Amino acid sequence: MNGYHQRTPLEGEVRIPSGCAISGIISRSGKRFSGREAISSIAVMHDRSNGLGGGFAGYGIYPEYADFYALHVFYYSSEAKRSCEDFLEEHFDLINLSKIPTTKHHAITDEPLIWRYFVTPLPTKLASSQLDENEYTARCVIKINREIDGAYVFSSGKNMGVFKAVGYPEDVGEFYRLDDYEGYSWTVHGRYPTNTPGWWGGAHPFSLLDYSVVHNGEISSYDANRRFIEMFGYSCTLMTDTEVITYMIDYLHRKQGLSFEEVANVIAAPFWSTIERKSQEEKEVCTYLRNTFASMLITGPFSIILGFSGGLMALNDRLKLRSLVAAEKDDRVYLASEEAAIRVICPEPDRLWYPSGGKPVIVTLEGQQGGQDGHQLPVSGL
Amino acid sequence: MGINYLYPDFEVVRNQDRCISCRVCERQCANEVHSFDEATGRMKADESKCVNCHRCVSLCPTRALKIVKTDHTFKENANWKGEVIQDIYRQAESGGVLLASMGTPKDYPVYWDKMLVNASQVTNPSIDPLREPMETRTYLGQKESVIKRDANGKIITKTAPQLKLEIPIMFSAMSYGSISYNAHKSLALAAQELGIYYNTGEGGLHEDFYQYGKNTIVQVASGRFGVHPGYLNAGAAIEIKMGQGAKPGIGGHLPGSKIGEDISKTRMIPLHSDAISPAPHHDIYSIEDLRQLVFALKEATAYTKPIIVKVAAVHNISAIASGIARSGADIIAIDGFRGGTGAAPARTRDNVGIPIELALASVDERLRQEGIRGNVSLVVGGSIRSSSDVLKAIALGADAVYVATSALIALGCHLCRTCHSGKCNWGIATQNPELVKRLNPEVGSERLVNLITAWNHELKEMMGGMGINSIEALRGNRLMLRGIGLHETELNILGIKHAGA
Repeated sequence: MNGYHQRTPLEGEVRIPSGCAISGIISRSGKRFSGREAISSIAVMHDRSNGLGGGFAGYGIYPEYADFYALHVFYYSSEAKRSCEDFLEEHFDLINLSKIPTTKHHAITDEPLIWRYFVTPLPTKLASSQLDENEYTARCVIKINREIDGAYVFSSGKNMGVFKAVGYPEDVGEFYRLDDYEGYSWTVHGRYPTNTPGWWGGAHPFSLLDYSVVHNGEISSYDANRRFIEMFGYSCTLMTDTEVITYMIDYLHRKQGLSFEEVANVIAAPFWSTIERKSQEEKEVCTYLRNTFASMLITGPFSIILGFSGGLMALNDRLKLRSLVAAEKDDRVYLASEEAAIRVICPEPDRLWYPSGGKPVIVTLEGQQGGQDGHQLPVSGL
Repeated sequence: MGINYLYPDFEVVRNQDRCISCRVCERQCANEVHSFDEATGRMKADESKCVNCHRCVSLCPTRALKIVKTDHTFKENANWKGEVIQDIYRQAESGGVLLASMGTPKDYPVYWDKMLVNASQVTNPSIDPLREPMETRTYLGQKESVIKRDANGKIITKTAPQLKLEIPIMFSAMSYGSISYNAHKSLALAAQELGIYYNTGEGGLHEDFYQYGKNTIVQVASGRFGVHPGYLNAGAAIEIKMGQGAKPGIGGHLPGSKIGEDISKTRMIPLHSDAISPAPHHDIYSIEDLRQLVFALKEATAYTKPIIVKVAAVHNISAIASGIARSGADIIAIDGFRGGTGAAPARTRDNVGIPIELALASVDERLRQEGIRGNVSLVVGGSIRSSSDVLKAIALGADAVYVATSALIALGCHLCRTCHSGKCNWGIATQNPELVKRLNPEVGSERLVNLITAWNHELKEMMGGMGINSIEALRGNRLMLRGIGLHETELNILGIKHAGA
């Protein structure tokens, strides 16, 4: 990407802390709804962003291609597009490809080429790689982002998609015509970076496979986390908190098979003094997780909403140094940085609460297991 | 001495107006500097024997004494400095190796002093350790690489043996023999109270100290002094000493004069025989031999104790550490070339090895590149002088640090660097019962506890300042460090940016 922006350093060249707004909505019954509510919710928190990045993740939006990885790609040149497509042809069956539909918007400028590919790994390549298809796809995505200058895959899950740009999030939503998509859950992010990057890839959500993370905070553990996770084949090219958090969740949940609650016990591990007060069995597990994955503890302020196939998880740092509100009404659960961002789309929730620091709120679709979890409870972590 | 006459390094300055001839200085000085002149009724001094240990100065009731550096000089010469000339005189006279003690006094760069620490401003909050939990607990030992579950899906929580430290600081190896019984007891008592560990060094474990086993690391060195099954099982961990920062590549020599009854028994060697540690372990000539010793010790202790392999920081340290990390060892301890010693050839001490900061940075990075950082914990020593050194070491990638010189200073050591004489006036590096009893273990341990507690407060304060409330989030967090006055190569090795970048 370096050759395409000469003005200021981009993510990946410099570390840019940022404050933010986040919001998430899920229908536990799996009823699909458009991206409009997410747009309305984030628009209320306009002042928490500064126009330097906004984005959305929608789940359940591609039911007709549900078995294929949906790759969303930014291109900054036609050569980058050619190289990337050559790479994709070499590694995947391309089921469908098209430009992602957008609308001209006065506040969204300098857009790159934005393409979408529905793909599935080439069976022969996959077999010879001795990897499962998720790992195969993840490695391909990481390779493109690291090695093909001017190409950036910003979404790579199945039946989900990330839409992001430089701009205010509500404008980004209009730009991508999110009224036209329907999903069972949405997350959205408005960004307030303390520097002036002009690069679309640096907007959030950050995503790998079907994990997407929106995050508000600045973690003080960044380099400890980064240097540890990079041992396992990840490459933190953007140097953002969200990127490293996503990789850690991918590692812990997908590769190590931890449940989301166990993941929370690693990245927002209870204080030792809290662990001491738990039952013997819990104490052993918490001590084990904290010791084994010590370098994946996140310190400093954060509130995140993790999107995954079949659910959302919201999590605060252990001291709750960032605001995070949750609410529910009927089959809907709402998560946001501010209560106003919930009330604007759901004026009278049945229940509204402020989750405690380090206690995850995990919401999964009814009748469906949340990932490898097996959590049947619709909402936990009160 | 004749034509090789060496002018004393120090002058003993006595204010005769203040001196009351109480003769405390005379009684306190094992080097016999002071004496009472019956003829004049005054105290006098033979400064040629003075090592500048400050014992007399500290105990003089009228503050009549001070020790100053002599201004006697050779003709100035930037190349042939006075000490160089004197060393040649000494060797021309003796034909022997020059002996020295404690860490090198030479003016090598101290990288701790060329790194600055970050703090939070605006974009994230600093954390006040007086109001919020601030955690420094550290576990040392191998980490599982794959989560295993039982038939019910419960995580199997059994791990390789771990050392649990409430503070990421341990007292490093100093043998009984090189230091006194009371010094050892001070360390043991303090380790117990602090929830950390002290290290027996290579001289075995005195039977009185088995009771502190939970806070003891027992060492196995090339001389195998005092090693038997009871000893191996007495401690919380076993350290194989392959090398020492102050004298990489060479062994040790405790003269027979120091091998009294207790030490002879503890070391399991005859009374007054020299205790000589060979330069290498004669059963370890290669990395695969190390693996055999590691597992022999694990077998001897039923896989219940972590095995530490201690090596000196030498040029190829990252490859060596990588080999050790694959040897079955649980913890690697690296000792930098500024580390202390009870006795070492001066040329070795002052010229062999590399600084611990560079060794640590390159080992941590190499183990991560190879994806095996989780196989081992890293402990570093070799001149950790303050809590900020501790903090910087952890930010570079250490799990914990070893301190020894700092601990001895807390016990009263004034760094006169003559441990090898055996006449330590502070009761630390001596076996003379009259001198040993000057160090009260209860007082000594209290001072050690104070020191480490103070450091821990400072550590927490600085961690809080950078918005980190658990030590594991500091470990390897090199973005929290910036270099000052370092050139590109040094920055690259340390893996940090320059201040302002």
